[in-house]
Parts: sequence; structure tokens; C-alpha cells
Amino acid sequence: MTAPAKFVGRSVPRLEDRPLLTGQGRFAADISFPGQWTMRVVRSSAAHGVITSIDASAALALPGVHAVWTAADVAHIPPIPFRLTGLKALEPYRQPVLAKDIVRYVGEPVAVVFAQDQYVAEDAADLVEIGIEQQQALMHATDEPGAYTEDLNTEPSVVRKSYGDIDAAFRNAHAVVAFELSIGRHTGVPMETRGAIARYDQARDILEMHGAAKVPHWNRDALAQMLGRTRDSVQLYEGHVGGGFGIRGEIYPEDVLVCAAALKFKKPIKWIEDRREHLIAANHSRQQQHKVRAAIDAQGHILGIDDEFFHDNGAYMRTHAATVPDLAAAMLPGPYVVPAYRAVGHIRLTNKTPCGTYRAPGRYESTFVRERLLDAIAAKVGVDKVEIRRRNLIGKAAMPYTLGLETLGTHIVYDSGDYAKLLDKALDAADWKNLWLQLLKRRAAGEKVGCGVAMFVEKSGLGPFDTVRVEVKADGAVEVITGVASIGQGVETVVAQICADALGVDYAGIRVIHGQTDRIDKGMGAFASRVTVMCGEATRLAATKLRDKALNHAAQLMQTKADALDIVNGEVVRIGGGASMPLGEVARSLPDGLSAEDTFESAHMVYPYGVHVAAVRVDAETGGVTIERYVMAYDIGKAVNPKLVEGQIAGGLAQGIGGALLEEFLYDEAGEPLSVTFADYLMPTAREVPESTILITEDAPSPLNPLGLKGAGEGGANPVGAVIASAIDDALGRPGAITELPVTPQRLRTILNGAAG
Amino acid sequence: MKPAPFIRHVPKTLDEALKILSEVAGQDGRVLAGGQSLVPIMAFRLAKPAHLVDINEVEGLDRITSDGKTLSIGACVRHAAFHKPVVDNPLGALLTFVARHIAHYPIRTRGTFCGSLAHADPSAEWCLVAATLDATMVAQSTRGERSIAAADYFQGIMSTALAEDELLTQVRLPLLAPDAKFGFNEFSRRAGDFAMSAALVTYTVQGGKIAGAHIGVGGAEPSPRRMADAEAALNGQAPGDKAFRAAAEAAASAIDPLEDHQTTGEYRRDLVRAVVRRALENSVS
Ligand SMILES: Cc1cc2nc3c(=O)[nH]c(=O)nc-3n(C[C@H](O)[C@H](O)[C@H](O)COP(=O)(O)OP(=O)(O)OC[C@H]3O[C@@H](n4cnc5c(N)ncnc54)[C@H](O)[C@@H]3O)c2cc1C
Repeated sequence: MTAPAKFVGRSVPRLEDRPLLTGQGRFAADISFPGQWTMRVVRSSAAHGVITSIDASAALALPGVHAVWTAADVAHIPPIPFRLTGLKALEPYRQPVLAKDIVRYVGEPVAVVFAQDQYVAEDAADLVEIGIEQQQALMHATDEPGAYTEDLNTEPSVVRKSYGDIDAAFRNAHAVVAFELSIGRHTGVPMETRGAIARYDQARDILEMHGAAKVPHWNRDALAQMLGRTRDSVQLYEGHVGGGFGIRGEIYPEDVLVCAAALKFKKPIKWIEDRREHLIAANHSRQQQHKVRAAIDAQGHILGIDDEFFHDNGAYMRTHAATVPDLAAAMLPGPYVVPAYRAVGHIRLTNKTPCGTYRAPGRYESTFVRERLLDAIAAKVGVDKVEIRRRNLIGKAAMPYTLGLETLGTHIVYDSGDYAKLLDKALDAADWKNLWLQLLKRRAAGEKVGCGVAMFVEKSGLGPFDTVRVEVKADGAVEVITGVASIGQGVETVVAQICADALGVDYAGIRVIHGQTDRIDKGMGAFASRVTVMCGEATRLAATKLRDKALNHAAQLMQTKADALDIVNGEVVRIGGGASMPLGEVARSLPDGLSAEDTFESAHMVYPYGVHVAAVRVDAETGGVTIERYVMAYDIGKAVNPKLVEGQIAGGLAQGIGGALLEEFLYDEAGEPLSVTFADYLMPTAREVPESTILITEDAPSPLNPLGLKGAGEGGANPVGAVIASAIDDALGRPGAITELPVTPQRLRTILNGAAG
Repeated sequence: MKPAPFIRHVPKTLDEALKILSEVAGQDGRVLAGGQSLVPIMAFRLAKPAHLVDINEVEGLDRITSDGKTLSIGACVRHAAFHKPVVDNPLGALLTFVARHIAHYPIRTRGTFCGSLAHADPSAEWCLVAATLDATMVAQSTRGERSIAAADYFQGIMSTALAEDELLTQVRLPLLAPDAKFGFNEFSRRAGDFAMSAALVTYTVQGGKIAGAHIGVGGAEPSPRRMADAEAALNGQAPGDKAFRAAAEAAASAIDPLEDHQTTGEYRRDLVRAVVRRALENSVS
């Protein structure tokens, strides 16, 4: 028997908030150890070149400087391994922790200075002289690949995905629409920059790294391996994390360097990234160019999509290896029936900061591509953009829908969904008909206003497993220990809500421990919108097990049957009244205490889906774009805490707008990065992010877990570039005008001038 | 993002400040006012001054005074001082209107009017105000005091007529005619960003015709300046769309546009045309 949900489904306050709002948060920079040294990275100022000399003598002569390391000092450390989608062919392209002989991007770590404090460390870093013989930089993924080494070129691999008879589709097509589309280089820019503090405890022979995030267990194993230590002798600790978005928490050179230095010097080593470093050293993302065609019949039904794209991965293959291009290729078909499909994704290296995942990786990109196609198809057959989508949507009856593609080691099977219903709901929420009519009137009066719609399927809940241990302490306190991580998304609250309902306690009293490798042996971490699904279900399983254990034992103590008992507010009570017993007492009476562990395994991901609607105004004279209305509908099966889901969606929107209108890492032809401060890399502020309407629906619970959960982390960002492009086209009255993100005023003005001339 | 080592001097009187400045100017000494431009560039180590002469505690520099003809703005007057009109003259309303386009609130509570003029960013709103209204800059050093006309003061991107040992102690703005009209408009990528182009206009209407037009453009050239051709196109015309467009067109053709990796000269002209016309339009609304 399970009790009715008391906490799941309610927007209860976040358990995380008290320390954060009272200034008691412990972020990486808040962590210090007595006697620590500060590490400062000396970075390449050249995009591509041969290192001819490194002279650290002036730096070493500076009072307060302890040591300077170059590649020779870390020769025993292998390059950083892949965490996901690591094809063998990619291995020669992994990044070394310090550049040896060759530098491949501006910002690449070449040396590190260890000094008494940050000031001295930066003074010293300025004094390290690096001689570099510059070589031609390769700056475009669409250029012919160049030499990477003597034997290898700058195309490490090509992602290929296909099904159906694509050639037949184009042979039989009534018409073909084609596009060349590009998505700009941008990334997640968390408020907290990266940081890592390592210390070596000689007495216990344990290496600790603080400032871990996202995937502490995986990183622990990788660091242990790289440094030649047993995994139990390396422990990672996650504190508060000021945003992850895919980019924070992966292993980067700096993480390895602090650990290696702590072992070598037997001193705590602290490294905190500054913002300029962040913008040239932490993972970039998104930059792709697509050459795409769709074959259609006379009614605009898609017969096939054929896409060739170029993924600009920067200078090295980092921990995500081929994940982003793989997801772009795998998720491009989206919510539509696409009978035949072919994607060929060239992974190309350039002399830019290396790339990784960023919220809705591969999907922000391929949703832009797919939805541009849908708009073009609508224009081609002369129906409106809503109707064309309706005609092509996968029907509810077709669920579960096997796409015929694989990604991240799973077959893509859309587990559940009623796409047409959500489209209706989103259009209602946007008052689409009136919106359309109003905009029409304003356009007639000379204003450049328009609206767009975009649809998408997200993926979430990546397995293969999550393990959770739930424990009732002797004093009755309940602790949930998990190997997932919190990057600020509210893990503690959501896990506590699920545990509270399953166990019969108040969520507010539950302590959720995450991101600590010494508290639980295994853990998968926080990425791919997986935590609520995987850890949530593991929590429910473990808490249910614990509840059974508690009731069985209490039944003996209370001389009754387990099914005559219930747990309410942390007390074991007799159903129908009578004496009760606190859970803590049950725990005390058990020799091994009261705890249970369980694992949820899943071979398939779960697929939430969404619709965004936007209305924009274009300032024709300046090329400026103002978003006037924004509606997001997202079906996530079951919202454990709707307020937190809204937060996820609203935050995703802000980032999506960044990629659609503002954020872009630009380089000159020599490879010099031009977006290295917040004055050049433009994040949207509160003034650029419009008020939005968020509609969370639960029409299609996942059949793959009992609560019906799907992840909610990425749907706010996924289609923003697509829908803004659609709305701008409409405002200009020129379908297909937007082919490049971000739509900067300069670019838009060029498009407008093109129309005039 | 830690600055290189420096020594901070904190004089309490103007004489003391000028004396220290004269001593350290030769050794890369700089004035520190609100710090909203200087501190970030020190953090990036783009500037590594060995000495800072912090003028924030100097007696009497935070005053705004008016003698009925000019408004005098002291070296420590913050942007935020203009959030409400400081003088009962259209100039007061003009400064209030312009001030809220400068950066963001916290920055406006620290950054100074004179610091902005000393820094001389091509896009700075106060520099545009000074250029358009023919301000006079008062510079003092141990060598004495001199007045510099706006037309002579701006010498390119972040470059002015101030000598290294001179403190900009005051900016003097002429009050406007009581019936003067003004308009301001700027275009930036985000709210609070430095403008990609900005325009400020003032004029009076006499007998239905525009007289004494000042049209200044900022952010489009290395320094803000008055646009004589545009003013000529406006003077003597009835305020209205036709005259405004003609003036905007004249300004757009007259500029020698700044270009960068994203911004072509043509686009900059487009912006100037737009901001000048819009400034003129909001002068009547
Ligand atoms: C995020 C951000 C956004 C901004 N946006 C804008 C904007 O939109 N528009 C805008 O105009 N400004 C903007 N600013 C700059 C801001 O207005 C600064 O306050 C201003 O440019 C400089 O004033 P300050 O008092 O802070 O000068 P400081 O930073 O202290 O000094 C700047 C320079 O002027 C010199 N200096 C200062 N005062 C004097 C003096 N009295 N005599 C001689 N030399 C002096 C200093 O030595 C230094 O070289 C922005 C700043 C930031 C951080």
C-alpha cells in the first residue's frame, strides 16, 4: 500500500535556500585550507604554434613564488580521458594537462605558477616568458581539414546516422527545400566560475579534491587512474555549485594539475578560475553549420531529411568526445514523422577553445535546423506554420515510437507523448489567433512584428543506473545518500519530496547528501536531465524498501502485523489508532540500524516534449529585436515540484535567448578570441529576457518509471533559436530570411538592406 | 583578475592631491575617481599604474553649483547625482534623461561625471553631453589652472587634452534657454551597455522655426562632436519629420564611422541616421 502523495507534485519551498539566501553558501572559492598555495595558469597567447622556449626564471625569482611547472613536470600524466561517446578514433585528439611542444588555442595551459597568494601568482604568471613560433590557424570547420599531426588531420571522425531509403525519398519528392544554416559559438556561463582545491592527507594517504561538481564519482575514478592511485585513495567533494549547464564539473586540465601538485608538494593547492579565463578555457559549445534538405510531397508531408553538418569542436576532444554532434544527428527528426533520414556530421577541430555539452546539447542546434525546414516547407506549400506542423506530427497512437536511431548507447524510443494536444494547449496559452490578427494589423500599419512557433522532443533520464541509500538515524533523522550532484537545480528538495512520500515523513526534515564520493561508492552525477528521473526513482525504491523494513520490525516490537501499521510524520502508527512508535526508536532497536539501499536501472531514456511560441518586434532601422511575448509549454510526465520546473524553464529561456540574439564567441582570422569579457560576450540581462508564460503539462507520463517522471532541465533552452528565427522571418515577411544565429542587429540590418537593394 | 601592485594615495585637500599627482604622474600615476572604468582595466592588467591618487576623500570636489549661466560639476559628483534634476533649467531635465542610459544603477552610484570625461570613451553619454553643449573643462595642476573648450578637449578614443599631472576639477555646462527643447536617443545591444551610437539635440523654436540647433553624435567616431551640417539642415526649418530626416541624413553622411569586427561603417551610418532622427522626434514629444 502506498500513501497518497503529500509532497510530490507540490511547489514546496526549496530546502537549499536557507544557506544560500543567508550568505552561508560554500562555493569553491569559499574553501581554503591552512598553508595553501595558489595556482595560476599561464596560457598560450597564440592560436597555433610551436613552443620554442619557456623561461620561468623571473617568475621564480619573485618573492612568494614556490614553483613553476611546464609539460615536463607532468609528463607522467596521460591526456584527459573521455566520459561519454568516446570513439577510439578520437583518442589521439585528447587534451594534455599542459601543452607539450604545440599550442592549439589561445588560452591553452602551457605552464602553472604556484605562489603564496593570488596576487603574487598573477604577477609571476606575467613574468613567465613563452616563446612560440606561430603557425597558420585553422578557424573554420567548413574549410578543408588541415594537418593535426604528421599522420592525422583535423577531422577526427564523422558521425553517421540514417534509416529508410533517403535517395528514394528525394527521387519521389514533389518538392525539395534546402538550407545552409549556422549556429553560433556560445556556451553555458555559470555565475560561479570553475574552481578546484586539492589537498593530500599524508596520514591517511588520501587525496581530496574540493570544488567538484556534476560528476564527482566519474571524475574521482578518472583522476585516480590518471595519477596512478587507487580509487579509494581519491575523494571528491562537491560544495554549493553556482550553475552547471553541462560545462562545469567535467575534468579539465586545472583539476588534474591541482591534484598532481598537492601530491607533489604536500600542500593544499587552490585554483579559482577568473572570468576571462572562463571565457577562453572552459568548454565552448554549439557552433555548427548545416547543409540540409527535406523532400516533401504536395501536401507538405516530409518524405525525408538529409543533413550534412560541420561541428566546430575547437582544438581538442574533451570529456564529451562526440556527444554533441552525435545528439545533434540523433535528435534532429524531433516530433515529426520522417520516413527516411540521413545525417552526416563532420567533427572538425579548429584553433579555438575546445567544446563540450551545453544545456540541450545538439538539440538547440538541430531544433533550429529542423524547425527552419518546417517553416520553409510551410512557405513552399502555402500553408501556415502551425498547420504544417500538425500535418507532420507523430500521432499519440504511434507511441511508444521507435525512431530507428541510437545515441548515448541507447535506442531512441519516444516513450510517450501527445504532441498535437500540447500544440493546441500552447497556442491557446498564447491566444494564437488573436495574437496573429493583432500582429497582422500592426504589420499593415508599417510595424515589423511577427510570431513564430517551434516544437521539439527532449531527452532525459539517462541511465544506466542510480543507487540511493536511505537511513533513519537513531535520533529519527532521515538521510538520503546519492551519487548524483547538485548544480543548483534543487536536487535536495525534489529527492526529499519523493522520499517523504514513500517513507511517510516530512520532506523538510530529510537531509540529502550528494556529490561526496566518500559517502557512497557509486554515482552517475547530474547531467542530461537525469537526476529527478533516475535518482528520484532509486529514492522511491530505497525508501519503500526502508518503509517495509521499518514496518516489519515495528510489527514485532508492537506485537501486531506489518499491514496493520503505517508511517505518518515519522511515527509508526496503528491504522485506526492506538499506540505509536517513532522511527528513531525502531532504528535504535535494530543492531545494524535502519537503512535500505536500492538501485534503479534503465536502458532507455525518457522523452519530454515541448512547444514555444514567440512574438517579436524588429527595429528595421537598427536591426534590434525585442521579444514581446513568449510562451513555453512542456510536457514532463510528472512535475515533482512545479515551481522548480518553472525555474528550470525560465532559466533555459534566458540562455536560449542569449544564443538566439546575443552571445557569441568571435575570433579574428589569426585565432585571437574577441569575446573575452562580459563587455564583448553579451549575456542577456533581466532587461533582455521578457516575461514569459510557462505551461507545465502532465499528459504523457513516462511508462518507464512508476511516477511517470521525465526530466525538465533543457526544454526552456532547446527551441529558442528556432522560434525567434521563425518570428523574425514573420516580422520581415520573408520566410527563410534567418539562416544564422545569433541574429545580431548588424546581421539583421544586412538582411534588411539585402531586401531593399 | 588581480591588479598588478600599486600604491594608493588618499589626499584630503585639492592642493595635496595636485602635489602628489605632480610627483607620481611621471611614474605612471593615475587619478582614481569612481573606479568604474579604471578598476576593471586594472583587473585585466590592461593598465598597471604604479600609483593611484584617490580623490574620493578630497574636500569639496563633490559639488554641483550654478551661477545662473553655467552649471559647474565637481570631480567627485557621481552619475547618480543626476537621477533628479540638479537645476531648474531644461539642462537639469536633460541630464536626468541622459543619466539613466549610463550603465546600471550600482555603477551610477560610484562612477563620476568628470571621470567619464577624463576616460573619454567614444560612447560615453557625458562626453556626448559635453561636446554637444560646448562644455568647458577646468584642469588644475601644481602648474596652475586652465580651461579647455570641448572642441579642443576630445582627442580621439580615450584620449583628451588633459596632461598627466592635471586633475579635471570641474566641467562647466552652459545652461539652456528656458524654452529650449532637447532630445536624446541611443542604440545599444543591451540595456546599460555602451551605446553603438547616440545623439543629443537641443534647440529653440522662434517664430515656428528652429534656431540655435546643437546636434551631437557619440559612439560613431573616435570622439563625440557637434555635427555642423546637420545643425545647418535644421536651423530655420519648422520642427517636423521632413527637417528631422534631413538633419539625420546630414549627420549620417558627415561622420567618419568607427568600424570593428562586427560593425561596418555603413551600419554605423544607419545607426547615426536612426538615433539623430529619434532624438529629434523625442525633442518634441
Ligand atoms: C558594466 C559597466 C557599464 C558601463 N556602461 C557605461 C555606459 O553605458 N556609459 C558610460 O558613459 N559609461 C559606462 N560605464 C563607465 C562608467 O560610467 C565610469 O564610471 C566612467 O566611465 C568613469 O568614471 P569613474 O569615476 O568611474 O572613473 P575611474 O574609473 O576612476 O577613472 C577613469 C579614468 O579617468 C581618470 N580620471 C578619473 N577622474 C579624473 C579626474 N577628475 N581628473 C583626471 N583624470 C581622472 C582615471 O585616472 C582613469 O584613467 C560603464 C562601466 C561599467 C563597469
